[in-house]
Amino acid sequence: MSEYRVEMKVNGRRVAEAVEARTSLGDFLRLKLGYTGVHMGCEHGVCGACTIMVDGRAVRSCLMLAVQAEGSEVLTVEGLADAQDALHPAQDAMRKAHGLQCGFCTPGVVMTLASLCADRRCDEQSMVAAMSGHICRCTGYQGIRRAITMLAAEVGSAGSDT
Amino acid sequence: MSEQTLIPSAGSGAARWIGKRVERKEDARLLTGRGQYTDDVVLPGMLHVAFARSTIAHGRITRVETSVAAELPGVHAIYTARELAAQPITMMSFFFTPSEVPITPLAGELVQYVGDPVVMVIAETRAIAEDAVSLIEIDYEELSPVVTIADAMAAAPIHPGTETNVASEIGDEEPEEDLAQALQGAHCLLTQEVVHQRISQAPMENRAILATREGPEELTLYITCQSPHNIARWVSLALGLPQTAIRVIAKDVGGSFGLKNTPWKEECAVICAAMLFGRPLKWTEDRYEALTASNQCREAQMRLSAALDANGRLVASHAVYDCNNGAYPQGADNNIAVHMFLWAAYKMPAYAFLSRGWYTNTNGLAAYRGPWAMESLIRETLLDKAARRLGIDPVEIRRRNLVYLKDQPAVSCMGIPVDDITPGECLEKLVAHFDFAAFRKEQAQAREQSRYLGVGIAAYIEPTGSAGSMVTMTGELAQVRIEPTGRVTAMMSTHSQGHGTATTMAQCIADRLGVAYDDVTVFEGDSSRGGFGPGAAGSRQGVIGGGAAIRASEMLADKVRVLAAHLFNASPESVSIEDGIVHIAGAPEMSRPLGEIANIAYAEPDRLPPGFEAGLEAQFRYQPPPMTLTSAAHLCVVEVDTDTGFVKILRWISSEDCGTVINPGVVEGQISGGLAQAIGMVLLEEMPYDARGNPTAATFKDYLLPAISDVPVFEFIHANTPSKTIGGMRGVGEGGAIIGPPTLVNAIADALSPFGEIEKLVLPLTPARILDIVEQRDVSGFGASHSEMATAPVADAVQEPEAPPPMPENSQEQSAAEARSIDGDWNMVLKTPMGPQPMVVTFATDGAGGVSGMFSSAEGSQAFDGGRLDAGRVRFDLKVEKPMKITLKYDLLIEGDIVSGKCKMGMFGSAKVTGQRA
Repeated sequence: MSEYRVEMKVNGRRVAEAVEARTSLGDFLRLKLGYTGVHMGCEHGVCGACTIMVDGRAVRSCLMLAVQAEGSEVLTVEGLADAQDALHPAQDAMRKAHGLQCGFCTPGVVMTLASLCADRRCDEQSMVAAMSGHICRCTGYQGIRRAITMLAAEVGSAGSDT
Repeated sequence: MSEQTLIPSAGSGAARWIGKRVERKEDARLLTGRGQYTDDVVLPGMLHVAFARSTIAHGRITRVETSVAAELPGVHAIYTARELAAQPITMMSFFFTPSEVPITPLAGELVQYVGDPVVMVIAETRAIAEDAVSLIEIDYEELSPVVTIADAMAAAPIHPGTETNVASEIGDEEPEEDLAQALQGAHCLLTQEVVHQRISQAPMENRAILATREGPEELTLYITCQSPHNIARWVSLALGLPQTAIRVIAKDVGGSFGLKNTPWKEECAVICAAMLFGRPLKWTEDRYEALTASNQCREAQMRLSAALDANGRLVASHAVYDCNNGAYPQGADNNIAVHMFLWAAYKMPAYAFLSRGWYTNTNGLAAYRGPWAMESLIRETLLDKAARRLGIDPVEIRRRNLVYLKDQPAVSCMGIPVDDITPGECLEKLVAHFDFAAFRKEQAQAREQSRYLGVGIAAYIEPTGSAGSMVTMTGELAQVRIEPTGRVTAMMSTHSQGHGTATTMAQCIADRLGVAYDDVTVFEGDSSRGGFGPGAAGSRQGVIGGGAAIRASEMLADKVRVLAAHLFNASPESVSIEDGIVHIAGAPEMSRPLGEIANIAYAEPDRLPPGFEAGLEAQFRYQPPPMTLTSAAHLCVVEVDTDTGFVKILRWISSEDCGTVINPGVVEGQISGGLAQAIGMVLLEEMPYDARGNPTAATFKDYLLPAISDVPVFEFIHANTPSKTIGGMRGVGEGGAIIGPPTLVNAIADALSPFGEIEKLVLPLTPARILDIVEQRDVSGFGASHSEMATAPVADAVQEPEAPPPMPENSQEQSAAEARSIDGDWNMVLKTPMGPQPMVVTFATDGAGGVSGMFSSAEGSQAFDGGRLDAGRVRFDLKVEKPMKITLKYDLLIEGDIVSGKCKMGMFGSAKVTGQRA
């Protein structure tokens, strides 16, 4: 199998590893680097559980090869809370709103919401629309909807402050 | 949201934690990617497994070639059924009964479904294992596949050694003269037919197992499951090892919904291989395997007839139910629960049924949230049809027939005691929250603009918290300890696959102990860590685990009171614990932190009262009533686009009685999740097979799960009345998936009523099938490609009564049978709803046609007498006490050394008996 050397920054840390060309970014993060918060739910880009951020944008790590992330800045759910372990507003809203049950789809949901929070123009409607790309089998999306409402209000008010 | 964060106010008495919408203990870990799911666990020396699977539905394996695969670098071992047989394993049903047909983890001679695992590769990585699988060649001699229920009824049996494809059968085959007359002679006779599609449970985390042998006879399993204790129990029985030799760890599980009740073929293959190979082995199912090769659920068809009088009151009912068991079900199943609960909440005077499960060359049947949910779907949709036929309002027809509290106690037509249900009361509260008159006006105006709105309601009851009526379902155990620091830890036999039991159990404990919720930590998910109980199965953990946590905490609080009273020279009644502080009434200066009392309890034996057991620990195993009933009524409003066939859900209200609510957020989460799955079943999800038995939904682009855009905001009316259990909880895990489908179907049928009835309900109601109704022609192609609902050889006892049991013909065999005495031991098997029950029956004849004898089985022995022998036919009654008081009426035919016949088991109908002379 053809192996390549890749270098990238993952959760603020530089990594340099040898990787097979066929290895998905998700498998690379899970198996090689131990970021097991990246959950492989379908491995064909539908369920959204494996969503991470690459250079600030939400990406399905099952649909991207590790070699394609060469030189990128990658953020997984493990790197989302700050150094003091204070939850990101997206994580905090999900917790307050009972937005999760089994927690398997949750890292992907949180990463998509976090990437949208970074875009101050993002409103509740567009967050719900983005969430249609995530499958949750447990909650019936009620808590996720409430978390989006809370988060949109927070992002909106933060936006108006600046 | 304002009620979400709770700070109990000091000085206002003990803070109540039961009933609060507190944040979940699990969430900080799961939101930050620190969960521990099975695939996350890595052990030194671990190898990976992949399976070569059957590409045909039914056939004989003629050649397996693995030599090329074995040469691939990184491949450590390759097993076929022959090599794996060196580690015997007895695969069992959910009820711990051995499978009715032989099952091996890998297919040996026959493959019985597409995806049936044939060869197992063990390699350094999953990728290498999959590479090796692609190099394995398997040849087959193909046999005709038996795919549908109709196929199974007509085809030769798929399992060698069986006579038919009937996996399980129960019900009355005999003519029911009175019932038939009541049905035919009634003012109004309605029939509802439902063809329910096959569903994939589709938890977001696929199945996974990591098995590692610790020495020759110990095994540690990390496995996706519904209870580590139940898996340890199952595996110990399957392997013949002591249960404590099996340690099962399942810290986090990404949903299950019935699928992960017991290990199945792939998990068992990994367990056997780990025992043989001696290195830790991991198998993680991918989504393609999960959709095409995992067990599935629900595929069934039912025809329900119900007669009503001119006032819309139920008179009599009959049903025929058939379900597809696949090739290797997790217990051959005729779904008796459908019939037990069909009319349990209604005043239905008479009911009879025939119920069968059929073997086919498809994936095996496993449980799914409310496995018997067909009963609510078919009953509630029939009632709406009846209401339209009779010109009665849908609410009114239910009011006339539901069992309200004022009607209780009552006994259902199936003999179920009904004395604690509130479906009618839930319905009244629901109706009070919805302005029907205004809606009907809006509906009429909308119709004038060719917009079609509909409202649907449904009511139901559900058995929850099962314990004591079957071997699998024990009580649950709570072990609670106040540590010397004052912090409280508990080891529970409960388990969460999203249920949040670490949260709800901590709330129960904090509430009854008088400590802060934050000071309680609940441990579960490891069979070696105390506990022992079946965990999640049948909406039981809130009821039984909650009751255990409450009682253990009360016992522990009593212990604190006795010790504090002794220390402060007060009476135990004057001692209270509030927010972790021990108070003596009237003596505020004596208040002490709980930790101070705990330190004395553990470390200063001289200060303890005489006879006081050192330490502050308590445990309680709660054995609740055999079942606790939950009730609900739901309503939804839809708009159906009659041009496109799309259904938009505009509103959904739940009015449910789940007893004491431990955490409203958790309760609403359970109901909402079930309702989303209900919406999936009615509108989206389908696991189809082609005529050759190929599953044709292999990705989430083919198998459509509900997304946020498909699920509306749910409104909740908590119409709760405490149950009679400790704590007063009722189970709530499955209800949404049971009540949701009829609620939504009734709304769609109401919207489409200007076009006609949904004569036969075929799920899912895809846009094309909606257009079938709108246009009253076969738009979907379903009507053309699928003939009428498959009918069993004995399809409808109302019209086609089954012949009585075979009478011996006047033949030579008969004379031989008569000539030889039946005296002595006979090995017989009774096919009960919970699996086959083997027994030894000893007959003693008196020479004058009288028969007495003895029944012996694992459950014990029982004598009978007063039986009759007549021309090879033996009839006798056996009165049993377990699982309930019932008279079993045996009617057997003896031909030579072979015995066959049936046993009429009261309300359960008849079960087959087979056997031979010992």
